[in-house]
Amino acid sequence: MSYIKKPSARNPSLRPNALGLTVRDYEGAMSTLCAGCGHDSITAAITRAFYELDVAPHMVAKLSGIGCSSKTPTYFLSGAHGFNSAHGRMPAILTGASAANRDLIYIGVSGDGDSLSIGLGQMSHAIRRNVDALYVLENNGVYGLTKGQFSASADPGSRSKHGEPNTQQAIDPVLLALSLGATFVARSFSGDKGQLVPIVKAGLRHRGFALVDVISPCVTFNDHEGSTKSYRYTRGHQEPIVEADLVPPAAEITAEYAAGAAVDVRMHDGGIVRFTKIPEGYDPGDRDAVVAYLRAHQSTGAIPTGLLYLDPSGSEMHAANRTVATPLAQLPYESLCPGAAALDALQRAYR
Amino acid sequence: MPATNVHNPEYFHKVVDCQWACPAHTNVPEYLRLIAQGRYADAYMLNRESNVFPGILGRTCDRPCEPACRRGRVEEKPVAICRLKRVAADLREDVSDRLPTAPAVKNGKRVALVGAGPASLVVANDLVPLGYAVTIFEALPAPGGLMRSNIPSFRLPERVLDEEIDMILGMGVDVRYATRIESMRALLAEGYDAVFVGTGAPRGKDLDLPGRAAASANVHIGIDWLQSVAFGHVDAIGKRVLIIGVGNTAMDCCRSAARLGGASIKVMARKPRKYFKASPWELEDAEEERIEIVVDHEPTAFVVENGVLRGMEFQRYESSEGTNGRLVQKPLDVVFVPADDVILALGQENAFPWIERDLGIETGAWGQPIVDAVTFQSTRPGVFFGGDAAFGPKNIIWAVEHGHQAAISIHNHCRGVPVGDRPPRGMRLVSTKMGLHEWAYANDYNPAKREKMVHVDLAWRFEQLDVEVELGFSPAQAAREVERCLNCDVQTVFTDERCIECDACIDVCPVLCLSITPDGDAADLRGRLSAPALNPEQDLFVSGPLPQTGRVMVKDEDLCVHCGLCAERCPTAAWDMQKFDLLIPYAGKRACSASR
Repeated sequence: MSYIKKPSARNPSLRPNALGLTVRDYEGAMSTLCAGCGHDSITAAITRAFYELDVAPHMVAKLSGIGCSSKTPTYFLSGAHGFNSAHGRMPAILTGASAANRDLIYIGVSGDGDSLSIGLGQMSHAIRRNVDALYVLENNGVYGLTKGQFSASADPGSRSKHGEPNTQQAIDPVLLALSLGATFVARSFSGDKGQLVPIVKAGLRHRGFALVDVISPCVTFNDHEGSTKSYRYTRGHQEPIVEADLVPPAAEITAEYAAGAAVDVRMHDGGIVRFTKIPEGYDPGDRDAVVAYLRAHQSTGAIPTGLLYLDPSGSEMHAANRTVATPLAQLPYESLCPGAAALDALQRAYR
Repeated sequence: MPATNVHNPEYFHKVVDCQWACPAHTNVPEYLRLIAQGRYADAYMLNRESNVFPGILGRTCDRPCEPACRRGRVEEKPVAICRLKRVAADLREDVSDRLPTAPAVKNGKRVALVGAGPASLVVANDLVPLGYAVTIFEALPAPGGLMRSNIPSFRLPERVLDEEIDMILGMGVDVRYATRIESMRALLAEGYDAVFVGTGAPRGKDLDLPGRAAASANVHIGIDWLQSVAFGHVDAIGKRVLIIGVGNTAMDCCRSAARLGGASIKVMARKPRKYFKASPWELEDAEEERIEIVVDHEPTAFVVENGVLRGMEFQRYESSEGTNGRLVQKPLDVVFVPADDVILALGQENAFPWIERDLGIETGAWGQPIVDAVTFQSTRPGVFFGGDAAFGPKNIIWAVEHGHQAAISIHNHCRGVPVGDRPPRGMRLVSTKMGLHEWAYANDYNPAKREKMVHVDLAWRFEQLDVEVELGFSPAQAAREVERCLNCDVQTVFTDERCIECDACIDVCPVLCLSITPDGDAADLRGRLSAPALNPEQDLFVSGPLPQTGRVMVKDEDLCVHCGLCAERCPTAAWDMQKFDLLIPYAGKRACSASR
């Protein structure tokens, strides 16, 4: 843990975004994670994505549970709203916050323990409800805060730092999310910001639940020879199968692509997710085909990455529940609490 | 790009911008840290090793280090390096037992130095401790050269000058005052083993305009006039004074005139302010003393009536910037400016009427001696030049470095070693790691602004010629100012094979100076780093191929604030913060450093 603050000195060539903010205005406190933690790189990618999307920090709510990953919202967007919930309960808190105020942009940061063990049910239901949020799962295969036991995402056969093999099956958050009806499913690697930043941006723009599973090596407990989530192993097995970028609504589309090379998917806000590389026979809009492709591909030991599945037409929570558009805090008191007579009338309706 | 060779001392030397810019390569960050610890005498001795005159230079140096200071690129203003040097000199305790001394047994070699200015004094400083018998010939009745005759005492008090010169002369130097050398032939005939010419650039330029001869009683050559003031031969000047020229000598002339009775003093410049030669701080100091600086006026004539100077005529111009940024001056009218005295500060040149042409000391087109830029030897073996005498007017710190180099040459010459055999510079790198995230230097960035120098009240300033204007930093001010130093000598040292490419250093760097990227040539790399490398004066560090992907680590040295966070966030200690010492050789001493 560094004892000093990050120097206020800045590179004069930093360009301000549309709000007049530089990327450094999207930073948070100094990280207290281990030096070299993959989570810090994800933090840097999130910081950059918000900067590039010209998001006002005070219009963001960042939520997390418990674990190394869940400490990270402190390290970006110090001007945003934040909530550090009980272990595994972040999805419920996030759902409630979103229900009360849909004007904010929600980002939940979780880990493989918080999401796939204690909070598996919570995450599943947030996916099922299609809550409008970006959900970043910082996946390192171990419980880092409790000294590196295998987590639910540890691959069978991979070894602990002390050499014992893992004998249990792994939960794959990508296949799980696809089976639960997720509308935006991606996988990336903390060491590949070129891929991760566009995915985070697209996820923030997606209306509905956007799951990004990020392989994020634990440099202290899971960056060794027997690991399948180390820097070296992930670099050796990562296969970016699809490439996608976000084209904001107002941007003029100037780049030219060979016919068939680019597939555009229109988002709710008029922006476009442009797929520039899709393997033959792969359709990121066909859930069953994606599941089949990933199963086949992963069995060879590869780690397919990219924006793997996207369905922008899914109905998110507010639409399904026909909720009021105005944040509850901004509704007049009489609307929020119409009084005893209105309650009586409601109750009579059930008799 | 080929991987950077960090084993060449000059790579890390260049990162220490102040030390690189200093002609004498004073180890600035190290002496600032000593000041921070209150070790003023140690700071003084470290300074003295390279620049010999810390007290004098701390008041008068042209400060090439400050425009170079990295702090000026990261923020607006550089560290006040020069005035901190003065702090070390002013606040130090007695150092007399730490000064070099002459050995009891001499080496039997005799060296003559012509002129007792800074260059000769440094030669004496370096050679006397080696056992040389050194004789200095000085035309004036006191030592110091231009430091005494041209720098007014309100900028450089006589006691400071005397003390630091005495440190050298006190070792036992035979100085012949009021002895002008009239013939090099005669001097050579005295059989010295080597002769060093440090006679400066004593000839001020004149201005040949109509009326010059008739006005001569009231027209003064700047450097001669300053010398007359310094030695008490002149103690008054007219009420209305014009200074022609805007170099640092002009600033000393106008400010001296203000103390000798001048009431309306104008510095007349032919060009706009942007083209002035004077250092910005010297201009500011003059203007603070209500001296008017008039631009776009070119002198055309001295106006004399009945044998008395009435003033001068000037051609006025309107200046603008033409295409490709060059100055365009459109003539306007001719104006008359009344004056009682005119001081010409138009530059100076060296002159050697006393060196006979047939001695094998060859001269160039302008009568300048031909001097080797490395050895400072003339075309006659055993005759050396240094200071302004060698390459024309520069400043004191250059004369100091010339003196060091000439002393190495003289030492070689007297031992029969070729003067071109220069002892190499060396370096030392020592890790500053003290704990997991603790370093042997203050790595916490201090956003404090530059301290302001306090000046004596205007009311008091003109009471006497030698009231020193700058009061110097107080210990508290000095303590704040040293913390602004970025410790550029604590280097980021990278070990390729340890890197796991986790990006931690890149993510934490506050100024985005690190990148991991596929290799390319310099121009290509500079455009695709975390932030574009826009300063071509500053190097890129490029590692060898990294173990996992074969990409390279690139560091743009331009804006690194040496906070050490890259090393703190590095899980494998591929980055380390190591203190760099440039080991500089001097006459009779292999590359070594007094740093501790």
